[in-house]
Amino acid sequence: MATTTSAPPPSWGQRLTEQGLPIAVVLLFTMALWYALTVYLNAPGAIERVLEPKGPWTWQDLVAATMTVQRPVLPAPHQVALDLYSSLVDWPVTSPRNLLFHVAVTGESTLVGFVMGTLLGLVLSVCIVHSRTLDKALLPWIVASQSIPVLAIAPIVLVILGTMGFSGVAPKAVIAMYLCFFPVTVAMVQGLRSPQVIETEMMHTYAATRWQALWMLRLPAALPFLFPALRVGIAAGLVGAMVAELPTGAQAGLGARLLTGSYYGQTVQIWSALVMSAFVGLALTAAMGAIEALVLGKRRQL
Amino acid sequence: MNAPTSPPDLRVSALVVLAGIGGAWALLISSLADPATPKDGAFWGATIVVALLAVSGIRRLAAIDGPRMYASASALLFGGWLLYFWQLFTIALDVPRVLLPAPSLIAAAFGEHMGTLQSDFVQTVVRAVALGWVLGSGLGFCVGVAIDRMPFLQRGLLPLASLTSTIPLVGVAPIAVMWFGFEWPSKAAVVVLMTFFPMLVSTLAGLRAADRLERELMHSYAASYWRTLWSLRLPTALPFLFSALKVNATLALIGAIVAEFFGSPTSGLGFRISTEATRMNMGLVWAAVAVAAVTGSAVYALLVSIEKRAAFWHPSVRGKK
Repeated sequence: MATTTSAPPPSWGQRLTEQGLPIAVVLLFTMALWYALTVYLNAPGAIERVLEPKGPWTWQDLVAATMTVQRPVLPAPHQVALDLYSSLVDWPVTSPRNLLFHVAVTGESTLVGFVMGTLLGLVLSVCIVHSRTLDKALLPWIVASQSIPVLAIAPIVLVILGTMGFSGVAPKAVIAMYLCFFPVTVAMVQGLRSPQVIETEMMHTYAATRWQALWMLRLPAALPFLFPALRVGIAAGLVGAMVAELPTGAQAGLGARLLTGSYYGQTVQIWSALVMSAFVGLALTAAMGAIEALVLGKRRQL
Repeated sequence: MNAPTSPPDLRVSALVVLAGIGGAWALLISSLADPATPKDGAFWGATIVVALLAVSGIRRLAAIDGPRMYASASALLFGGWLLYFWQLFTIALDVPRVLLPAPSLIAAAFGEHMGTLQSDFVQTVVRAVALGWVLGSGLGFCVGVAIDRMPFLQRGLLPLASLTSTIPLVGVAPIAVMWFGFEWPSKAAVVVLMTFFPMLVSTLAGLRAADRLERELMHSYAASYWRTLWSLRLPTALPFLFSALKVNATLALIGAIVAEFFGSPTSGLGFRISTEATRMNMGLVWAAVAVAAVTGSAVYALLVSIEKRAAFWHPSVRGKK
């Protein structure tokens, strides 16, 4: 809260009980709820298809049957975990049955698009900050784009690039790129403008050129604005790359995996693909956080 | 460097803008822009002249210090010129429609398929998005208020809820289809899931926004918990709630449209975009995208104006004119 500078930093044990324990409790509760839902949702199907033909059954039979039924309405957490594990262990990484293969496909286009979109956003934001015309004429449109579902033009991008002869990574990366581009641009314009008047005037009295002022004052000042946008951008890029895998009937990628799972009613496959994409999202954001800590870590201590 | 230039003469600027628009109009209807005429120096020369006039007009408008009207005018002019050159080049250079249909073609497709787009709009926006947005945001708010008095639960739930923003939640669309069927309820379910967590996080943050001093004042008035919540903490939380509502409005549109990409009945904006794109009927696709874009910005503008009325006293709103 307000000023806690006098209090000693919490020890590891304290942090574990204050932070870890509540999270663990919530997670445990979620798991319990999931199991309860598994039994509840799968019960009608299990009774109809597994138990009734065999004759009388107890509620233990019912619970067991709900966890083993073919194509469950909701697979139990351990079923999803087992499916994930077996896909990672039983098949080589190059096989489409291994989820890591799909992670690599989706991750590649996400990262390529993310890097391109970030670079584009950086360049454009520098231009906007230095040009009054761009600031007045272009920036409002970029800001407005935040309130419209830009992901909706993904199929258009796919068709355009498809007729131009691009396939594979390129179309998916382009979609991930423009999704990353908007948040990065908006945040960087804000960040590059964040230095106080007194600071920019000091650069002026040092006879610093525009480029020097940009490099030594504006860019460092913009970094705390950049990283949150990068986290938003890479998460949006992942969604974009997954969505881009849908209409092409792509053979590979997490989005394609979700779609084929739903075509064939393979619920366990859908859930494991979903859990895997959640892990990818978390990992990408965590990587961004790590880079942020590396770059800005020293600054925080001041 | 940034030598202080005197602001451009208003009358000259107006003349430049009008000359640009007039020249543009003349070029567009002249035989030069006809796709049949070969594109020689005359066409490119005229195009460059119009482009220079356009750039100069925007620059002059942007350079005017003054009411915000001029800034919006230059943004509008820029958008208009973008549309113009889109139209000019697609028509004059005979760009294949699959690649990029001219704005006039998109407008024609919009007029022609008005009925279809209207039912798509009802299916996606009025049903799935609106219901999902209200339910998801409402649930997030209620859960936020409910666990406000349980710090243990807050500490457990808040980090997990913030993490969900990094997860591609829209991937649950196939599962939603299995549970709730192909029709719009499955899309609304996706929207509920996507909008719930941002609202929960913002509600919790907003409820903590009231100052200690203000809370102690309420305490000294012997105000009950609910009275404090109603008279102090919820009003202070309003900017947080509105920012979540705005974020959620965009998220809800994205969620419903993308969920329709995964599979949907025979109407809906997302369905229209994805199926007409595979049929290369790009005019209708762009028209559907335009409907989605206009909806998104209209809802956003509406929320901003409601916020201005509801939280008129808050510094974040007062600062804006």
